[in-house]
Amino acid sequence: MPLTAETPSLFGPPAIDCDIHISVPSTDVLLPYLDAYWYDAFVSRGIDRTSFEMTGDSPGAPHSARPDWRPSAGRPGSDLPLLKGALDAFGTSAAIANCIFGGVALHSADMAGVMCRAVNQWVKEEWLDKEPRLRASILVPQNSPEHAVAEIEHWAPDTRFVQVLMLAGGKELLGQRYHWPMYEAAARYGLTIGVHAGSLYHHPLATSFGSYQAEDYVAQSFAFESQTLSLVSEGVFQKFPDLKVVFLESGVTWLPACLWRFNKTWRGVRPEIPWVERFPADIVREHVRLTVQPFDAPDMADGLRHWCDQMGTDEMLLFATDFPHWHFDGADAFPLSGDSSLARPILFDNPLATYARLHAVEQEDAIP
Amino acid sequence: MSMTLDTRPDASRTTRSNQKLSVIDCDIHPLAQTPGEITQFLPVQWREYVETWGGFYRQALANTLSHPRIAPDVARHDAYPPKGPPGSDLAFMSEQHLDANNVEYGMLMPLNRGPGNQRNLEFGAALSSAVNDWQVAYWTSRDERLRASIVIPQEDAGAAVAEIEKRAGDASFVQIMVPPRSLEPLGRKRYWPIYQAAVECNLPIALHVSGINGFASTASGFPSYYIEEHHSNVQGMQSLITSLVFEGVFERFPELRIVLVEGGIVWAQALRWRLDKHWQKFRSELPHIKRPPSEYVSRHIWFTTQPLDEPERPQDLAAIFQDIGIDRIMFSTDYPHWDFDDPRFVLGKLGLAPDLAQQIFSGNAKALYNL
Repeated sequence: MPLTAETPSLFGPPAIDCDIHISVPSTDVLLPYLDAYWYDAFVSRGIDRTSFEMTGDSPGAPHSARPDWRPSAGRPGSDLPLLKGALDAFGTSAAIANCIFGGVALHSADMAGVMCRAVNQWVKEEWLDKEPRLRASILVPQNSPEHAVAEIEHWAPDTRFVQVLMLAGGKELLGQRYHWPMYEAAARYGLTIGVHAGSLYHHPLATSFGSYQAEDYVAQSFAFESQTLSLVSEGVFQKFPDLKVVFLESGVTWLPACLWRFNKTWRGVRPEIPWVERFPADIVREHVRLTVQPFDAPDMADGLRHWCDQMGTDEMLLFATDFPHWHFDGADAFPLSGDSSLARPILFDNPLATYARLHAVEQEDAIP
Repeated sequence: MSMTLDTRPDASRTTRSNQKLSVIDCDIHPLAQTPGEITQFLPVQWREYVETWGGFYRQALANTLSHPRIAPDVARHDAYPPKGPPGSDLAFMSEQHLDANNVEYGMLMPLNRGPGNQRNLEFGAALSSAVNDWQVAYWTSRDERLRASIVIPQEDAGAAVAEIEKRAGDASFVQIMVPPRSLEPLGRKRYWPIYQAAVECNLPIALHVSGINGFASTASGFPSYYIEEHHSNVQGMQSLITSLVFEGVFERFPELRIVLVEGGIVWAQALRWRLDKHWQKFRSELPHIKRPPSEYVSRHIWFTTQPLDEPERPQDLAAIFQDIGIDRIMFSTDYPHWDFDDPRFVLGKLGLAPDLAQQIFSGNAKALYNL
């Protein structure tokens, strides 16, 4: 799909949707992608008949699917024609699919790795091969960098995979050295690191668990705040100067205040992390990108402008619908028209600058 | 983070622009000069217990935290009195801070020895009472500017309520102090008897960043560095507000007043937006929440200023303060800690009109605490 064609979107400039969701309808669809040992293990243990739906991801919850994006049967995000319809409606040139599957939360790194391999294979065959506008993230078992690196290396030759996918709540903070082999592999292949809202359920809060799913959903931004601190403080971006990290479904309005505080604390305690040689906010501006849905301020049009002014850059935000989740109705995915100076950067230029592999496809002008 | 490097207060510097402003400092940390200062108020049984066994916490280390701080005693280098640790000498504190900075009232926030963190709940209750006795004997009875906070063993609601009721009649105590890092989110019902008692005694609840609950400070485990741990108090305050609102605490206790101490302020604007946004899609899970969450925050939450947020565009600070509500913001210094905010300089960044600045420096605290 040649992105240079600049097909206009509903919003004017061409649009690259950086966060849409597809979901595994049931675990048994993964069976064709297992070797003999794991096939037998899945069937004999009933794993193929087990739901790996993640806590907080109830398919019945209102935010899980817009009414018109809810399939008549099956899980939201499992219906290709509905997705095609959404891409058509917005005139989307390309969309990055994130398929989050609960197998990543298994304590066995081997089984989590097998699940990720099967999910990625299923994504390739059932989605990428059937819809040329789609790109995808590589789901990895983030608790096991060894398996994750193997997964990255396996899929890297297929340039339709543009990103490595992890969750905001993990066993360890993402900056910690233990994860660095994944970043080395991602940087080697020009893949971004996508961090999506969600949790492996260590515990969502520093005070353990609350009573309501609403609390966990709001708390996603707290998890992202911790990841921001970790990625910068540990020196990930000094070690991997070309690495981009994309926060997906993170909300965005929490970030400016987070960075102001981070800058201030750094001024006082920077001897503790001497490798961080400039303001954390400057490092984040260079390396971190965020998708805009769900947008967590009252007025999105004003809010986008205000946010970019506060951050001092127009280059950090990426268009996303978060299909099929319900954050807006009708065509209100993006409130700015081509007349706005922010429309083209958010819809097209920033995604293209963030995802190096979109260029790879463009240059080869063919899907491998 | 404006650290004063002088070893003695400089009288000439008190004549700066804030000279005429009176100051109520909502965050002062007193320390005991020796452990015996506090343990003398324990019953013999518990004095022997602590001498034999020490404290008992939900963490690996018995006598310190697993993130070494950036300065000895977390203190300003110039805050060491002739004898004892920073914050342990009233005369020195008066000269260096209370007198020098024209402090009209100071709110004591005793963090030492953490009664609320004790795994042995009986000892925690006894220690709470001892710390409260010590605040009166060594501080409020010796300096009429100082006010105490009722320290409670929050994980034992019955004992906590008993301690609140024991102190409520003593005007030395103006609030109830709870560590935000509790065993469960503070909106959970196990803590509601404490809120009931607070409302009945007409006392605000002060939540000063602290607490040892055994849980990692982030949703992804423990961070490596103090810079991250220090900042995790911000997420802690955000989750605290989220919990209090969504669990329905303010619906049940419409008179409850909460003071967040040393957790920052400006993040509250985005949190209010975020709560309101997602509440709309989660309403069927939260039938007990009748109003947009931001309304509960506006009505029930007060904030203290230190460490003062520093937006990259200075004008953002005043704008966000106005949005959150100037009447909900109270000045604090965190004396004698290393990241002390100096009242002579710190609010200048806000560029507020003198009457609004005076509200933050003292008016709001006077109203909240009936001073």
